[in-house]
Amino acid sequence: MTAAVIVKALRKSFGATEVLRGIDLEVAAGDVTCIIGPSGSGKSTLLRCIAFLDQATDGYVFVQGEPLGFAPDASGARARLPDARVRDVRAKIGMVFQQFNLWPHRTALGNVTEALTTVRGIAPAEARERGLAQLRKVGLAAHADHFPAQLSGGQQQRVAIARALALEPQIMLFDEPTSSLDPELTGEVLNVMRALASEGMTMIVVSHEIGFAASVANRIVFLDGGKLLLNGTPKEVFGQPRHPRLEQFLETYLDRGAAILA
Amino acid sequence: MTWQLFQLLVTAAGLTVFISAVSIMIALVLGTIVSVVTLSPKPAFALAGRTYISFFRGVPLLVQLLLIYNLLPVMGIDLPGIVAAIIGLSLCTAAFQAENLRGAFASLPRGLVEAAEMAGFSAAQILRRVRVPIAFRLALPALANEAIFTLRASSLVSVVGVVELTRTAQDLASSTFLPLQLFAAAGLLYLLLSWTIAALGHVMERRMRWGRV
Repeated sequence: MTAAVIVKALRKSFGATEVLRGIDLEVAAGDVTCIIGPSGSGKSTLLRCIAFLDQATDGYVFVQGEPLGFAPDASGARARLPDARVRDVRAKIGMVFQQFNLWPHRTALGNVTEALTTVRGIAPAEARERGLAQLRKVGLAAHADHFPAQLSGGQQQRVAIARALALEPQIMLFDEPTSSLDPELTGEVLNVMRALASEGMTMIVVSHEIGFAASVANRIVFLDGGKLLLNGTPKEVFGQPRHPRLEQFLETYLDRGAAILA
Repeated sequence: MTWQLFQLLVTAAGLTVFISAVSIMIALVLGTIVSVVTLSPKPAFALAGRTYISFFRGVPLLVQLLLIYNLLPVMGIDLPGIVAAIIGLSLCTAAFQAENLRGAFASLPRGLVEAAEMAGFSAAQILRRVRVPIAFRLALPALANEAIFTLRASSLVSVVGVVELTRTAQDLASSTFLPLQLFAAAGLLYLLLSWTIAALGHVMERRMRWGRV
């Protein structure tokens, strides 16, 4: 069976700074993979390159076997794929952002139904039904007519998750989904993600929530300085003996719930 | 000043409203296109947009109007003064509206566009469904300001033979020897029209509050 996502020798530079230095990664269907690592280690860039929001400098990303963004051409050279092809492959992916990125001029329901009507051409009445079903799933059906400005950060992020799920993606990417939320609101978002994981959704999560990573993920990827340092089950990665660089990283999280790993 | 004279001014103000309203509408559409073109990643497009803005912003409207009015017949196009007036006014105010919108487009959070990209929107759909509505809201106070400016600038179109409010006041003043009263009345009418545009702007701002208090 083809892996859900394959990352091959991915490199990304911003100017003279090389942020990703050759990443290889395979995510199997149904896996919940948490990408952890210090600030500046390239976690978010990796996720953004997988989604083709940032264009990798070299290397390839395959989603369910299909190249996203770049593919080798007949001569084996790396070639940019046309936008329409990018959109087709991207349709398999849903993405949730750190800053939620809800459209401020659309209500919660409007945010969820917008792409259904505009992109997928679904009739408004059916889009509304589907949108409400997704909002119910994240516990926000009662807030369907609220604008993003009228919702808390946690509620906005749950709407953002509903918006992504409405398009029925095969793979969900989460870019630090709780980093701009206070601890009280973090829980409600993590609960939605936990439920999604238990349904078998393939998820790649960049997160500082080590507790969530340890309890929900079945794969942990530790990035450091643009390189993939560790890749294994939570037991393998967090268990003793620990990689010294990970040990050092985890120390900074001891007061944030990582103590449960000790 | 008689009631009859005032009625003549009000009738002329109707033409001022027509010329201004049509020019404001055309300028909003044209200004949106110019600002989007100016922000294009293609250098030739961006240069074309910037050239447009710098020309129509840099040459006085009065000169532009006279230029258009005299240029068109040379090119074999015979247009009534009112059309030349609307073309001149629209082209000029579109340059300013384009600048107002360019700022709004540029300040749009990148993430809102990325969310649309991930949802499968094409570039045209992102423009129509996400970038334009939000940029309009951000630029609304400046757009309304420029609309008021257009109304006031319409007083210049008398140079191409359009007998609008200012020109009517002028004509009546020279035949009745009541310049003070007539120009005061014309000024009052302009003020009322400006207030109307400002009020419309506020109504739109309120309607586009999107849940903010």
